[in-house]
Amino acid sequence: MIAVLTLASAVAAMSLRNLVHGVLALACTFAGLAAVYLLLDAQFVGFAQILVYIGAVAILIVFAILLTRSGEASPQRRFSSTWAIGVGIAVTVFGLLSGLILSSRAVSQEIRPPPVVTVHQIGDQLLTKFILPLEVIGLLLTAALIGAVIIAMHEKERE
Amino acid sequence: MDQIFVTLKCWLVAAVPDQWQPLLSAALSVGAIVVTFPLLFAITTILERKGLGRIQNRYGPNRVGPYGLLQPVADGLKALTKEDVVPHTADKVMHFLAPLVLVVPVFLALAVVPMGRNMAALDMDGGVLFFFAVGAATELSVFMAGWSSRNKYSLLGAMRAIAQMISYEVPLILSAVTVIMAVGSLSTVRIVEAQGGYWGVLPQWYVLTPWGFAGFILFMIAGTAESNRSPFDLPEGESEIIAGCYTEYSGFKFALFFLGEYLGMFAISGLGITLFLGGWHAPLACLGWIPSYVWFFAKLLGLIAVFIWVRGTLPRLRLDQLMGFAWKFMLPMTLANMLAAGVWRFMPAGAARWIVCATLVAAPYVMLGRALAGRKRLGKRVYRYAD
Amino acid sequence: MTPLPCYLLLSALLFAIGLAGALTRRNAIMVLIGIELMLNAANLNFIAFWRFGPNPQALTGVIFVLFSIGVAAAEAAVGLALIIAIYRHYRTINLDQIDSMKG
Repeated sequence: MIAVLTLASAVAAMSLRNLVHGVLALACTFAGLAAVYLLLDAQFVGFAQILVYIGAVAILIVFAILLTRSGEASPQRRFSSTWAIGVGIAVTVFGLLSGLILSSRAVSQEIRPPPVVTVHQIGDQLLTKFILPLEVIGLLLTAALIGAVIIAMHEKERE
Repeated sequence: MDQIFVTLKCWLVAAVPDQWQPLLSAALSVGAIVVTFPLLFAITTILERKGLGRIQNRYGPNRVGPYGLLQPVADGLKALTKEDVVPHTADKVMHFLAPLVLVVPVFLALAVVPMGRNMAALDMDGGVLFFFAVGAATELSVFMAGWSSRNKYSLLGAMRAIAQMISYEVPLILSAVTVIMAVGSLSTVRIVEAQGGYWGVLPQWYVLTPWGFAGFILFMIAGTAESNRSPFDLPEGESEIIAGCYTEYSGFKFALFFLGEYLGMFAISGLGITLFLGGWHAPLACLGWIPSYVWFFAKLLGLIAVFIWVRGTLPRLRLDQLMGFAWKFMLPMTLANMLAAGVWRFMPAGAARWIVCATLVAAPYVMLGRALAGRKRLGKRVYRYAD
Repeated sequence: MTPLPCYLLLSALLFAIGLAGALTRRNAIMVLIGIELMLNAANLNFIAFWRFGPNPQALTGVIFVLFSIGVAAAEAAVGLALIIAIYRHYRTINLDQIDSMKG
């Protein structure tokens, strides 16, 4: 049921004419995915998904819509002229993936009991086994921050 | 006496057959929160108006009941029976959903705050993370409210509100991280339990350590900004932008926004009490016989009184002053505070620890204060009287 | 059908929807939304495999997804900054009209 809600809001996010409604449908998709993560016993990831995606990425997209004035109803068509090819590629990809999933022997295994994951363990792993990705992602986020500010800055001084 | 609500709930849950028990247990916890906090909201509205009135040298509302105490009833009746005006060009679905998207996450956030011994509605391993996650979801509601009204002023108010909320989220979370570092767990129940001991007379609350004191002040300032309270209430400043993002709302929906904002204030205060003020612990060991929830609500009322006091005292901050304060002052202070908390953890107990950590917190405060105020070149104050 | 293929199919469907949107919409922001959906679908795939896979105690799936969420957020920020810069130059973010490399 959560899956149906998530899929419906994903389709809505992609196909709505009004961009702001699309972003809200996207936020709904993120919430649905967070619920799925909670069902899969990954609580930390679920809360991080809500915090980062709904709390930051959706708001970023909203700000971009406002700054580029795409919130007003646009009289042009929503889909580009080559939309059939795009949909065709997507359908092919889905067909391929589902065929692989359904025919694979590796995925039809027995159900295991839910793993007990504490935040303590996640922190432990982050600081021992995954310390290098942790440092690298710090650098990456800093670079992205500085880059985004520089790209979006007003260029009045140069003219 | 302390566990009276817990025993009552256990007794009620045991009285129904097995398959209904989880549902009834959850319903009772939710019901308790849904009943208590709106009542507290009603009491707070009247306290605030009387308190603000007294600070401003006037009586507050004093017509409706004895000393005006039935004013919330009158307000509630007005909110419920007022005509619900929706602008013609407004986005109807978003306009309708915005108050709901505000109130539901705030109730969820209140569920992880422990209100007494064994009285947290949800005891999760990542309680504090859950709190901040649903706090982030409230910003989306502010945007929905501002956008759906199709009103320039609403949109402007909403944009300023979101900018303010995301700017102050960073110092909020960073100042809470110091407590998490000291306790070693994200669960709110563990955090309260870790503050249970007593050093002789004084309780072992985190607010009584140098980094905890600075952290508490920073957390409260950021919390005031997060719930759009004065002196950070520019998004809905009544004398500036009508009601900001809530301009086009009337009647029950406006009351829901109001409820959401005040409940957000309670939730942040509740989390501040949990993290810094020792949750439901008594301040002195000899007073431990008073039930734990009494202490929690006493501390909550104290913090609400401080909020009302600050609202009546300080003038509103302008938007650039507000943002500058968040990014240039509070963020470096929270980082210095984290450093102090780390040093506290690893130094042996004693006077040296206090001196080192106090210096680590006070020095950036003084330096930042000088650096940021130095640019304005304020002259000597000159008084001109109307003679 | 065991739960794992169900979750994988959900993730594949989300990925396909995101891909369809990213390839067909004209507005640059919708393309970015499609990319975010694709990243989310991949995250779901990771978590599903972590949960039903051979070694859940190693926490590899969870940590990978945490980093993936971080990277997706950074990429969304940079992408939106780019879109804002493009809007400032071309006065439109309709991808059909941004088709020349000439500045």
